[in-house]
Amino acid sequence: MADLTTNFIGIKSPNPFWLASAPPTDKEYNVRRAFEAGWGGVVWKTLGEEGPPVVNVNGPRYGAIYGGDRRLIGLNNIELITDRPLQQNLREIKAVKRDYPNHAVVVSLMVPCEEDAWKAILGPVEETGADGIELNFGCPHGMAERGMGGAVGQVPEYIEMVTRWCKQNTRMPVIVKLTPNITDIRKPAEAAYRGGGDAVSLINTINSITSVNLDTFAPEPTIDGWGAHGGYCGPAVKPIALNMVAEIARNPETANLPISGIGGVSNWRDAAEFMALGAGNVQVCTAAMTYGFKIVQEMISGLSQYMDEHEMTSTSEIVGRAVPNAKNWQDLNLNYIAKAKIDQDLCIKCGRCFAACEDTSHQAISMSEDRVFEVMDDECVACNLCALVCPVENCISLDAQAPGTIDERTGKVVEKEYANWTTHPNNPIGEMFELTTPDE
Amino acid sequence: MPNDMQTSGIADHRLTPSDYADNFTDLHAPLTDHEALVAADRCYFCHDAPCMDACPTSIDIPLFIRQISTGTADAAANTIFSQNILGGMCARVCPTETLCEEVCVRETAEGKPVLIGQLQRYATDGMMGRAHPFKRAADTGNRIAVVGAGPAGLACAHRLSMNGHAVTVFDARAKGGGLNEFGIAAYKAVDGFAQTEVEWLLSIGGIEVKYDSPLGSGLSIDDLKADYEAVFLGIGLGGVNALRADGEDKDNVVDAVDFIEGLRQASDMGTVAVGRHVVVIGGGMTAVDAAVQSKLLGADEVTMVYRRGKERMSASEFEQELATSKGVRIIYNAAPVRLTGNGAAQAVEFAHTHTVDGKLENTGETFTVTADQVFKAIGQTLDGAPDGLELTGGKIKVNEVGQTSDPAIWAGGDCASGGDDLTVTAVAEGRDAAEAINNKLTAEG
Repeated sequence: MADLTTNFIGIKSPNPFWLASAPPTDKEYNVRRAFEAGWGGVVWKTLGEEGPPVVNVNGPRYGAIYGGDRRLIGLNNIELITDRPLQQNLREIKAVKRDYPNHAVVVSLMVPCEEDAWKAILGPVEETGADGIELNFGCPHGMAERGMGGAVGQVPEYIEMVTRWCKQNTRMPVIVKLTPNITDIRKPAEAAYRGGGDAVSLINTINSITSVNLDTFAPEPTIDGWGAHGGYCGPAVKPIALNMVAEIARNPETANLPISGIGGVSNWRDAAEFMALGAGNVQVCTAAMTYGFKIVQEMISGLSQYMDEHEMTSTSEIVGRAVPNAKNWQDLNLNYIAKAKIDQDLCIKCGRCFAACEDTSHQAISMSEDRVFEVMDDECVACNLCALVCPVENCISLDAQAPGTIDERTGKVVEKEYANWTTHPNNPIGEMFELTTPDE
Repeated sequence: MPNDMQTSGIADHRLTPSDYADNFTDLHAPLTDHEALVAADRCYFCHDAPCMDACPTSIDIPLFIRQISTGTADAAANTIFSQNILGGMCARVCPTETLCEEVCVRETAEGKPVLIGQLQRYATDGMMGRAHPFKRAADTGNRIAVVGAGPAGLACAHRLSMNGHAVTVFDARAKGGGLNEFGIAAYKAVDGFAQTEVEWLLSIGGIEVKYDSPLGSGLSIDDLKADYEAVFLGIGLGGVNALRADGEDKDNVVDAVDFIEGLRQASDMGTVAVGRHVVVIGGGMTAVDAAVQSKLLGADEVTMVYRRGKERMSASEFEQELATSKGVRIIYNAAPVRLTGNGAAQAVEFAHTHTVDGKLENTGETFTVTADQVFKAIGQTLDGAPDGLELTGGKIKVNEVGQTSDPAIWAGGDCASGGDDLTVTAVAEGRDAAEAINNKLTAEG
């Protein structure tokens, strides 16, 4: 059993699996259950300023997207920050941290964009003994309409300003939570870094309408006939989140900025992928909301088995390992030639590869009368679609062509040397790129 | 002329070697990786899952299936073995159709449960071929005697060893495994799995096994109590109920358990002789195992006769269907009256039965079934329990943690009161008794 102990910006936790600031972390009761189940840390659901708490809608708060077998793959939510009194939350945070000194307890905050409002809440939070704070610059619904949450996260100057206020007024580590509802995630991350933030966490939820009721013609979730966009999360957003994490990790401006990875983490493998692209730990919400807190046991055992198999002794050995391999398209090797190959012993003859290729791709798979499916190398561009739609894992592989052999599609010899678009003769502006190989 | 299915009397080599190989192959072939993933994907990961409740050893079934589905089968095996160290055998012999799979929500929804037993085998087989997942705790200096190397005794010994105690296991036979080795139908534990499992289980260390050491002559309970800090009895049920029918003492009227034991120990099924006309009397798993295996050995006609109705049979519906699918004829509501024949049995006369005011009675109508060989399978009884232990219902009386009326002696498995007579129940009882013994010794320092 590998040691999963993680140190994230000085905050230690028994494992890198934290619960994100969200409904599962709204109350002491839930958080205690989470820690008992094995979660390494929590980010307490966002606190607002002193005074009457926000109110939530009294109809459905969530909408869902399902995969096959009614698997929830995407969740949309219009819940606001905590609707419980500030003092009650602070008391509960203090009690939990006292009883779980070795678990991470970070407190998410969202108050108006005024220095006094932030100053006012930092002291009481610090008194709870919490390990750090997370600035909620991400929630896309409700609070954004009031100039908070996602509204701040869309203006890098505000991010920098509020982050600086917090760093100047608390000794606690500051994590800046970013919204994905912008065009270039690197800008807010750079702003958080300039403001002195200790880390960024991302992604918060994505603006979304999950579905439309075709009887009432109202967006879902529907409140008395109307719907408002909410924040989308769950397995469906993982690819978006992974890319944004990678963008920050490989940006020289923010290469040293720690990242807490969020967005559709559902099992140990997802977590390891976020970490490989630069996240020091991960935060989870939808998977816990779908299956309960026990899933963390599988995440712990799975990551542990993976680390044992790869002879890793610390989670830090995973962090960033894939960053050097995350490149721009123009860097990819155009001389690399692959062909799809169907393992006839594994093929169950469903024919999905054929349908996909024949109808939507390159007509590169043949089908015989007795349902034998074969790839035609002279047509195959190695797009990978057949392998992706095949229900049998490893039945269709993409095999690299050895240098020196002939690519039957182009009739050209497969070159051994690396060559990318910047050096390609078809590139009309090739001279604008920095050439990576000398021109003969 | 070589023997065949029509050869009269009791004969061996009724079939060809390839027939025997086909007949005694795995009842369920192991799942391939792809099959395991497809089966695992059907699990809904229920909260407080009914399957877990139905499992006598309380294996966290949704967790291990999720672990399989996310590509960590070793973690799944750990989940299983931490609750049930004989999870490999239980995956093969558990009547899952009356336990976990019966209550699977997909059984409710679609009549097709998740293949829990086969998924368990997938996970456990994967690890058992390579590694043992547990290490012993630091040696406590305590010595504990376990009598019986069957499922209860082995589970108890393993858990005690995990807790750092030194265990000596005494077993009457020359091999361990108990009914896993001598009693289970051959097609449920092929390729010597019972012995493989015993060796794998013992590889934790700290367990010495003394074979050919029956309780009684030379090994007294008093000596064990004097030499060890605690004693666990997992001695099973050594006796067999009598038919109480005339002619029971004729030749070729044998206990089904003895027939199955001989079959299990045979290296070549062709050498196991079986009647052309076989009659099995009883309605439990032993009766089904004897009947089915008689058919698989080449008996021409096998008739299983049970004194009550189908719904009262302790063999599950799956087992009954297995028997009939192999060609066994099952007659319900009939009891043996007399066995006829000159020296050896030649036929059994049965009376039809019905229930009157809750009591089983003969209707007076009789019929006769031809028989070269008659197997008695109407239940086993406790035999050889130490004197002085309180009994209940013909078994050693134990409390909820397996302690007998003698506070230094624990018992579990078929010989002990409570629970069904199943491998998985024996494992649970052996494990729990080990924890109770550990708690007691730890408290005493």
